[in-house]
Amino acid sequence: MLNYVIKRVGLAIPTMLILIVFSFLLMHSAPGGPFTSERPLPPQVLANIEAKYGLNQPLWRQIINYIWGILTEFDLGPSFRYKDRTVNDIIEQGFPITIKYGGWAFIFAVGIGVPLGIIAAVRQNTWIDYFAVGFSIGAAVLPNFVMAPLLVIVFTLWLGWLPGGGWNGGDFQHMVMPVIALSTSYMASIARITRSSMLEVLNSNFIRTARAKGLPEHVVILRHALKPAMLPMISYLGPAFVGIITGSFIIDLYFGTGGIGIHFVNAALNRDYSVIMGLTVLVGSLTIAFNLIVDLIYAWIDPKIRY
Amino acid sequence: MSYFAKSLAASFVVASIAAAPVLAQEMHPVTGETLADEQTFTYSLMDDPTSLDPQIIEDVSGSAFARDLFEGLMNQDADGNLIPGVATGFTTNDDKTVYTFTLRDNAMWSDGRQVTAHDFVYAWRRAADPETGSPYSWFMDIMSIAGVGDVLSGDASPDTLGVRAIDDLTFEVTLTASLPYFASMTTHATTFPTPSWVIEEFGIEWMRPENFVGNGAYVLTEYIPGETSTRERSTSYWNNEATIIDKVVTLNIADENTAHTRYLAGELDLGTVPTGQYLRLKAEYPDETKSYPRLCTYYYSLNMGENGPESLKDVRVRQALSFAVDRSIITENILQAGQIPAFTFTPGATAGFEVPEVAFGMMSQDERNAKAKELLADAGYGADNPLELELLYNTSEGHKNIATAIVQMWKETLGINVTLANMEWKTFLQTKGDGNYDIGRAGWCGDYNEASTFLDLVSTNSGYNDSKYSNAEVDALLQSAKTMDDASANYTRIEEIVATDMPLIPVYHYTGVGMFKPSLKGWPFNNVEGNWYSRDLYKIVP
Amino acid sequence: MLVLNKVKIQEMADNIAEMDAVKGRSLWTDARRRFMQNKAATASVFVLTLIVLFSFIGPYFAVWTNEQIDWAVLGRVAELGQPSFANGHFFGTDSLGRDLYSRVIQGTRISLSVGFVGATVAVIIGTLYGAIAGYVGGRVDQFMMRIVDILMAIPGMFVLILMLVVFGRSILMLFIAIGLLAWLDMSRIVRGQTLSIKNKEFVEAARATGVKNSKIITRHIVPNLLGVVVVYASLLVPGMILIESSISFLGLGVQEPSTSWGALISDGAKTIRYDTEWQLLFPLAFFVTSLFCFYFIGDGLRDALDPKDR
Repeated sequence: MLNYVIKRVGLAIPTMLILIVFSFLLMHSAPGGPFTSERPLPPQVLANIEAKYGLNQPLWRQIINYIWGILTEFDLGPSFRYKDRTVNDIIEQGFPITIKYGGWAFIFAVGIGVPLGIIAAVRQNTWIDYFAVGFSIGAAVLPNFVMAPLLVIVFTLWLGWLPGGGWNGGDFQHMVMPVIALSTSYMASIARITRSSMLEVLNSNFIRTARAKGLPEHVVILRHALKPAMLPMISYLGPAFVGIITGSFIIDLYFGTGGIGIHFVNAALNRDYSVIMGLTVLVGSLTIAFNLIVDLIYAWIDPKIRY
Repeated sequence: MSYFAKSLAASFVVASIAAAPVLAQEMHPVTGETLADEQTFTYSLMDDPTSLDPQIIEDVSGSAFARDLFEGLMNQDADGNLIPGVATGFTTNDDKTVYTFTLRDNAMWSDGRQVTAHDFVYAWRRAADPETGSPYSWFMDIMSIAGVGDVLSGDASPDTLGVRAIDDLTFEVTLTASLPYFASMTTHATTFPTPSWVIEEFGIEWMRPENFVGNGAYVLTEYIPGETSTRERSTSYWNNEATIIDKVVTLNIADENTAHTRYLAGELDLGTVPTGQYLRLKAEYPDETKSYPRLCTYYYSLNMGENGPESLKDVRVRQALSFAVDRSIITENILQAGQIPAFTFTPGATAGFEVPEVAFGMMSQDERNAKAKELLADAGYGADNPLELELLYNTSEGHKNIATAIVQMWKETLGINVTLANMEWKTFLQTKGDGNYDIGRAGWCGDYNEASTFLDLVSTNSGYNDSKYSNAEVDALLQSAKTMDDASANYTRIEEIVATDMPLIPVYHYTGVGMFKPSLKGWPFNNVEGNWYSRDLYKIVP
Repeated sequence: MLVLNKVKIQEMADNIAEMDAVKGRSLWTDARRRFMQNKAATASVFVLTLIVLFSFIGPYFAVWTNEQIDWAVLGRVAELGQPSFANGHFFGTDSLGRDLYSRVIQGTRISLSVGFVGATVAVIIGTLYGAIAGYVGGRVDQFMMRIVDILMAIPGMFVLILMLVVFGRSILMLFIAIGLLAWLDMSRIVRGQTLSIKNKEFVEAARATGVKNSKIITRHIVPNLLGVVVVYASLLVPGMILIESSISFLGLGVQEPSTSWGALISDGAKTIRYDTEWQLLFPLAFFVTSLFCFYFIGDGLRDALDPKDR
């Protein structure tokens, strides 16, 4: 087990390096730069700014400096757009917010998606099942850029129950709409996956044996069927969590929550090189970490898997 | 404040009101309107300003912060006239190349220090210093301050810039050229004083609320990027007594429709008017929906440069394209917010500028369409030799609507095929900057309130002349206008030449639109540069 | 973003691999029979066929093209742009007075092509890559799979935005970029299955009797891969369409005057409060219906093709 973890972490290092270099080159090949503006800067001014941010050096030098900065001081550099802040500032300020509502969205998606999937499977071909299937596909296909403005119209304008946006330290009122808008599509996927794997387990031989022994249905489901039925869902959780984090740009855009998500799109559009790189490093390492955690949980639940 | 403290404070307020029932509600000192108890002004931002540092600010939203948090030599009043700021006034020498500003002795920084001429010297040097890396250092260049070129290029130390403090309260600027409108440029954020001791201590973090020191009517008390900011009344501001709004709050809302919804929900005092919704909102909320002129022109530049298409080098084709644009459809059916159809480049709202009656502006649209067909046929384009062009614009609902409509007009009137090319902002700028386009969307807002800020764009050497238009007569007229007392005859002549040569298609002159809560008063609708100061606003009991 | 039950497909792949190749021939006849018994899936095929037919026949009934502006309506869309037979705007007009009926038809074509072409790109690359890695084996296999591991760690949506920014927006780029992102899972599944098939007795027997490699692949390996590829592809199509809608929302989608479901829905959602609900409802109805159909078909195919359940 330990060896496996060490091997995976070892693999993460070259992965991150390749990711950094790849994104760096991709980003620098985009037309325009961070200081391309509607009023073209006089060449002298542009040169001054580029010198200040080290953009006048050859590309390979910039990459090495960048990686060196991360390794030695964990310094992701200054933002080229938001000139009063560094990338570290931006991440320190926005990431906890994203993690907070993203984490709740994740809990909400699992907490409702899993029971919904189980109930649908147990009550297969009843109205509960049809509702669950209909809901889960419906929620998966309704784009969240439609859902977010609709939520604001209903809860803020019509009912007046919730503030239309903002964060305010992440109190309950300000979290409701972001969490709903972010979690529904994942809730739907989790319900779908849980339902289909539960159905399969319920039809398997060992469950038939358990039932034949005369065990009560809820014992059969909770004690015997639940654990194996969770496996496919668990392997989905890694990508789902990363998806929630990167999908949060819609939330920040509509609700002004101040999370990191808005930068996923804006940094690319603004050519804010250092922020793009910082986010690549952040999301890349999150993806690697979550895939590893999920694999470990998987191994822990499924005794057949040995690393 | 904890919940307990809040309720305690609230009960205290209730108690004091109960104890002193004779205390009347406050009135506005000039208008006598009854002021609201809560003087908080809340408005929305699409995105965080790129910086709050006066010397580095480059966007409109950042400049609004700067005008509240700092005060420059001069300010503007509600009509855009120059009024004293930190300077009580200024004198110039005869040829207007040396300006001497006298500073008031009661201007204070929020940490209690006095604002002196040395603070201005520091700030102006800082703006030009290559070390600062300010994207607005070019502003010091257009102010023509002596020695600025060598400072920007790093050939001379910032100390050599032509600014000096004669004493604590006298600030002198030496210019390389005579600039009659120089003083009006000191209302710009780049020229605002900054506290050297704070900047030296905290570096780029000096604008954080915990470190912040300013000399404006407000101080920054909270700033959460991406979410909100608060600026509160500064008690050390010299004219604090005249300030009515206690607190200014911004909320980040990136989507204009959501911002509008939240305005309606009562969260904002100043709301957006979503693209194309002005008329509808004006009908529904007549008192709240406002439209006011701005010093901006929306136009399409026609690429006459090397990389441009051969067809656009033919003046008849350029005229035909311009004539066939039915500007009234754009302003009345698409924008619908009182925008003015444009036949000249300079907007009529510009100070001292009389819109000349250019020939094609006098025709009816039917006449223009007929003339356009004729011109295009003369140029040799028709069914057997169709004209194919590309229209470049940047991603935006508004630009898309206008481009789509104009392309249809060209197609239906002239039978030409213009492809739409939508690019995201930076790619758009790069492509247009490289001259790799046929027809390109553009907008220009005046840097100052004088026609030359627009017409300079059609001079051969202008860095913003995207059409690559060159006309010796225009260049000569612009040159001589610089030293004239009244250059309006030159400007009229230039507009006439431009309307004939048609290097660009003026489409409309902007209006600003917004929704204003009936309780919000004092908005400077007549300030065509759009410069507003929170301390001029106030809220009444509606 | 992609709502795919990867584990389920993996299991199904294993199940197919467990079967003998002889039974492989009857797999398809059985599958068809079972698919036909699935009511939701067959109804979905029917509805989807109608939508595709509509996108081809619909234009013959259109009064306006997708780019024409109805100047009479422009500026008063909320009052005059409603769905109406009288002025030929069966679905109403968009906020610029363009005919929504024609635009929905055009958007349907684009979105469905993005779905199919994107899925095809992903499937072709994934299958080839996975099959090569699995069949060649050894160091090559290890190296190729390590690359997949690395690519898996790249945040997809983020890179997609960067790619569209770098290479400019064109429909071709959109196809390629989306397709490139989605082939990774496919390649893993195909590789796994190729590995297990390769070592099956019937393949070894074929090899021992001197059958050529190319023939082994076409006769024995491909038929066994096909089931899983079909199921995966059927679930990829709606995933691709969803991704395209996010891209359009960001304004990085197809160029005007062309449009897509995502672009239409995004425009409609912006004006939802201004009495022009039809601008959201018509495209959204097509979008939601089609995606429902794709999911039902995908589920039906999987159930029909999974040999374990018979």
